[in-house]
Amino acid sequence: MPETPSEKALLAKKIVKRFGDRTALAGIGFEAGAGEVVAVIGPNGAGKTTLLTILAGIAEPDEGSVEASGGGVGWVPQQAALYRRLTVAENLLLFARLQGHNDPAARVEEMVTLTGLEERRADQVGSLSGGNQQRINIAIGLMANPSVLLLDEPSVGLDPAQRARLWQFILGLVAQGTAVVFSTHDIQEAERYAERIFVVADGNGVFDGTAAELRDAVVTPNGSDVDLETSFLAFLEKAGH
Amino acid sequence: MRWLLLKDLQILKRSPLQLALLVIYPIAIALLVGFALTRGPEQSTVALYNAMPQGSTLGFGGDELNGDEIRNQLCDRVDCIEADSTQEASDLVDAGDATAAVIVPEDLGDKIASLASLSPQTPEINIIVNGSSAVENQIVDDRIDAMLAEANQLIAARLAEGAREYLDLILQGGNFNLLGQDIEVLGLKKSEQVLTEVRQSVKGPAERAKLESAIKFAGLATDNLDLAGPILTAIAEPIQANKAEVGDEAPSLNTFAIAVTATFALMFVTVLLVAGSLALEKEENAFTRLTAGLVSRGQILAGKLGLGTIVGLTVVVILLAGLSIFVPIQWSRAPIWILAGLLGAAAFAAVGATLGAATREVRAATLAAVMICLPFALLSLVPDDAVGPAIETVISVVTAAFPFRPALDALTGGLELSGPSVWLPMLHLLILVFVYGGLARLALRRF
Repeated sequence: MPETPSEKALLAKKIVKRFGDRTALAGIGFEAGAGEVVAVIGPNGAGKTTLLTILAGIAEPDEGSVEASGGGVGWVPQQAALYRRLTVAENLLLFARLQGHNDPAARVEEMVTLTGLEERRADQVGSLSGGNQQRINIAIGLMANPSVLLLDEPSVGLDPAQRARLWQFILGLVAQGTAVVFSTHDIQEAERYAERIFVVADGNGVFDGTAAELRDAVVTPNGSDVDLETSFLAFLEKAGH
Repeated sequence: MRWLLLKDLQILKRSPLQLALLVIYPIAIALLVGFALTRGPEQSTVALYNAMPQGSTLGFGGDELNGDEIRNQLCDRVDCIEADSTQEASDLVDAGDATAAVIVPEDLGDKIASLASLSPQTPEINIIVNGSSAVENQIVDDRIDAMLAEANQLIAARLAEGAREYLDLILQGGNFNLLGQDIEVLGLKKSEQVLTEVRQSVKGPAERAKLESAIKFAGLATDNLDLAGPILTAIAEPIQANKAEVGDEAPSLNTFAIAVTATFALMFVTVLLVAGSLALEKEENAFTRLTAGLVSRGQILAGKLGLGTIVGLTVVVILLAGLSIFVPIQWSRAPIWILAGLLGAAAFAAVGATLGAATREVRAATLAAVMICLPFALLSLVPDDAVGPAIETVISVVTAAFPFRPALDALTGGLELSGPSVWLPMLHLLILVFVYGGLARLALRRF
């Protein structure tokens, strides 16, 4: 793990977010290093999406601060944020223009190539499969060359083959140095693809470490020979969540 | 089946705006229609100037009205303001204090009385109306026509009685007073008897005298039948109305109809387009992405207003160009009606943005747009004179809060020089752009 703020792609300190009387985030700290993959997991309503939207700069925290390294943060919402009646190329071109790229058309070509959807570039997004729509969704998040990519439950609704192709695509970005932070309910997905797991429960960051460390944090009835999901549930129970 | 129904009701319950519309809409419509049905059109205000000399009467054959009775007859039907001169009555109409003025001329009584004589004249009353509204003008016309028709019916009945007496005289014979001199009329029946008697023996002077009287009657009968012509003409419409207009000239009904058509098209296209387009940003999850550092909410709103304004104005221009094939459009005034269309489109776009931002769903936005626009538009078309003052005030306030009426006025004025002033409605539209734009911006905070 990088130790100094300058080596971190993303650093959030003591984030507090309230919705009326309810405290969604109660002073969470979070960090991600360049080229690192971090999974954010937790029960429903724990505050995962709220944390990601604050890290992405979409929502403002009531307290605390967020710092991102030079390239900024790319945001990929859970549901594809695309215009279904526009084509793949038209969607990409729109966001390239909004981001102020010097040569939007060239950027579109790069992203079409990156997503592997060259042959579908003229198809309306509404006619694409969920997996392909998610690739375009991620491509738009990557359009500005961010140093950190935040994905909110990126594989929801995808079949195993689509999910594998999606992760192949994301890991390609990681290989180029992009930090990836994703929220998920799929513990296996978190274990398979994330180097680090960050557990959120009741608005608090209750665990930050590797999958092995999460297993070690609890003693399960069957010892350590249990799947990560069982360990995760045991951990939450032990922590009173 | 019932579970599906329950589910739909639960969904409906969770859309407060839609639910509120479904409740408020029928109540509002019921109130409006209820008021209209129970109160009916209230009386118009009419300025009355009776120039007939004090003590003179109107009518003949014993059914005569004096000045007070004339006033009462008229003022039972309308609210009267008495004027002391034709000029004062005209000024009252010009100032809008009266919808119309009725001028009873000095010689009306004499002319009505002449209808029962052998030298009938055409009685006339003078009507002054404010010509600034084509629709109001039509309503006043209708009311005055109805009043005149009633008066004419009464007079026609009396004239028919007079005509019957003349015909009876011709048939039966008798005395007829002409210029103070009694003339004996033999009558057709007696003439027949006389002619029958003398037919066989027209020899001596006495017989010749009888024959002479028969010949004389024939001449008189011919003369009297000649007079029946103008009398029968008078029966058709004894009193005629001369109508004059004061104030601004009303635009033609053609222009008004064109402006109404254009405003309806402008309203529906612009409001539905902008409301749906903004709600679609939410439905397609694009709004969050757009506002994540790419563009501000204000820029998104401005974009939608621009879209609505351009499309709305294009629709108006195409529509007017199409209509110009059938009716003349003053293209020389195009800069004015294009400006009116531009401001109208911007105001309707702001309304659409407010609805889209408030509903956040395309279907709900569409439903809200139709349910809100239609009653506002129809209320805006209710002529001021068609309802009572209280309802008129309510309608004026309500319709002032929506762009339909100012857009209609601006387009009507833009299309025809004699139409209403365009600058005040345009200023009104500009204010509505800012008001609804502000509301839309507020609604976007929780979008």
